[in-house]
Amino acid sequence: MTLYRRRRVRNFVVMGLSLAATAIGLGWLALILGALVWEAFVGLSLSVFTEMTPPPGASGGLLNPIVGSLIMTVIAVVIGTPLGMLAGTYMAEYGRHSRLTQVVRFINDILLSAPSIVVGLFVYEILVYQAGHFSALAGAVALAVIVVPVVVRTTEDMLVLVPDTLREACASIGMPRARMISHVCYRAARAGLITGVLLAVARISGETAPLLFTALNNQFFSLDLNAPMASLPVVIFQFALSPYKEWQALAWIGALIITFGVLALSIAARALGTKETVL
Amino acid sequence: MVDVAFEAQNLAHPPVASRSKALAKLRLADAAFFQATRGCALAVLIILGGIIVSLIYGAAPALRQFGFGFLVSERWNPVTENFGAAAPVYGTLVTSFIAMLIAVPIGLLIATFLTELCPMWLRRPIGIAIELLAGIPSIIYGIWGLFVFAPFLQRTLQPALISAFGDIPVLSSLFAGPPYGIGVLTAGLILAIMVLPFITSISRDVFEAVPPVLKEAAYGIGCTTWEVVRNVVLPYARTGVIGGVMLGLGRALGETMAVTFVIGNAHRISASLLAPGTTISATIANEFTEAVGDLYTSSLIALGLLLFVITFIVLAAARYLLLRLDQRIG
Repeated sequence: MTLYRRRRVRNFVVMGLSLAATAIGLGWLALILGALVWEAFVGLSLSVFTEMTPPPGASGGLLNPIVGSLIMTVIAVVIGTPLGMLAGTYMAEYGRHSRLTQVVRFINDILLSAPSIVVGLFVYEILVYQAGHFSALAGAVALAVIVVPVVVRTTEDMLVLVPDTLREACASIGMPRARMISHVCYRAARAGLITGVLLAVARISGETAPLLFTALNNQFFSLDLNAPMASLPVVIFQFALSPYKEWQALAWIGALIITFGVLALSIAARALGTKETVL
Repeated sequence: MVDVAFEAQNLAHPPVASRSKALAKLRLADAAFFQATRGCALAVLIILGGIIVSLIYGAAPALRQFGFGFLVSERWNPVTENFGAAAPVYGTLVTSFIAMLIAVPIGLLIATFLTELCPMWLRRPIGIAIELLAGIPSIIYGIWGLFVFAPFLQRTLQPALISAFGDIPVLSSLFAGPPYGIGVLTAGLILAIMVLPFITSISRDVFEAVPPVLKEAAYGIGCTTWEVVRNVVLPYARTGVIGGVMLGLGRALGETMAVTFVIGNAHRISASLLAPGTTISATIANEFTEAVGDLYTSSLIALGLLLFVITFIVLAAARYLLLRLDQRIG
């Protein structure tokens, strides 16, 4: 009887702990989001989206970092998506069991969680150091290096899900393979492929470390790809660590914008992903 | 059925000649597409190779200057250009260790809750919420850690630790000094919050892969839920859990922004967890753009190389374990 009791009690304690752990995990999410909304809503106004970053002690907005982030994200996606998608296509369509695919998959998985600051150092070495100055283009390339593994992974996963009967049907009517992939497989996996791109955008929109020494920062509005450009994460980093109240308030607002952007993207990606990915 | 060769042909030409021409064109396009995809797959390898080569190239001057001493020297003096990696490496390892110490048990408990206790209708929402936590950019954790979490720790946990362990020989030096708020312990705690979602979602996935028959058999002979988890689920899922933990460790080691905000950036190794310290990534993030002189820059790149090598080993081991698990299941 005592053994029975002991087992019951031990079970009860561990299950209680697991419940508490879940509460802690969810509570933390609520705490962070709560603090973000609480701190940022005070200063949130339209001028955030229409004015430039201010000098210390003045009020202003976040227009130039928002535009900078958008520009660099778009360029990164434009560079990274085709590259990643084609690589994923090779792995799923041509060399599904080849040695090259296995090696690329392994390396890609490592790149997927490699420290992003190392990517920043890499792009600094090959672009910034060679050119002799920081540039938005270098920032975009650094982000593209982070986009590629995400897109490779989802493209491969999604194309593998396309039923082989579709491919056999294409082959039976004599369709060239490239055409089969572009007109049948891509279409069948479209939702999944878009999910991958959305996830990649979500991933890079908060990346700070690779931009610190590639795109650097810019106090002013700039559309020049060959010059330093402001971005939301870098501005948050600089402003949050500054002693000025106005800058810190703007950092919180920037953090709120990024967080809700990223959450919206991940939720959209998830909604797309759970829909039927295959025709 | 549409004959693609027919569709592609230019009707201005006589049909027979243009048909073979169109087929040749298609064949060319096919070959070009294949080569393009293969080239891009190779490009993934080239990216990794490029990262390694560029880091080694950039780190070479510092490594030549300091040699093996770079790894063990604690000095970090930009004025006399004397650099050593011991303090950042120590900080990286200690903060990651604290993070894993906290995140692994909590992550496993949440995975247990999600697979064994949680009512069905609640599993998906909670799972999604945990995964959203993984999607929040690290800079958000950083700013939250700096303005909310660090002051909170300074007021509550840290004074409590100091007074609680002040008289115990070993622990007193571990929790010595004034409560700064920021420091090694705070950075470790923030990291724990960051890696928790990774560990949780992978553990949940491998827990769910345990065949229900095994669990049902255990329940059938009267095991409690805890006994089932302890003796059936965990042994079966061990490889996967270790893989997930190492994946989380890889993240923790390389994490930059969340740590940079709260670690204090002090180049010294101190026994106290409450003292400010630094990590490899925080050092690079803080100092790289201000580094003057080739040796300083090169030393920072050498730190980056060191970080890459450490995380590469950890991540490769994690992927290897998870890969082996996939083969066993699939």
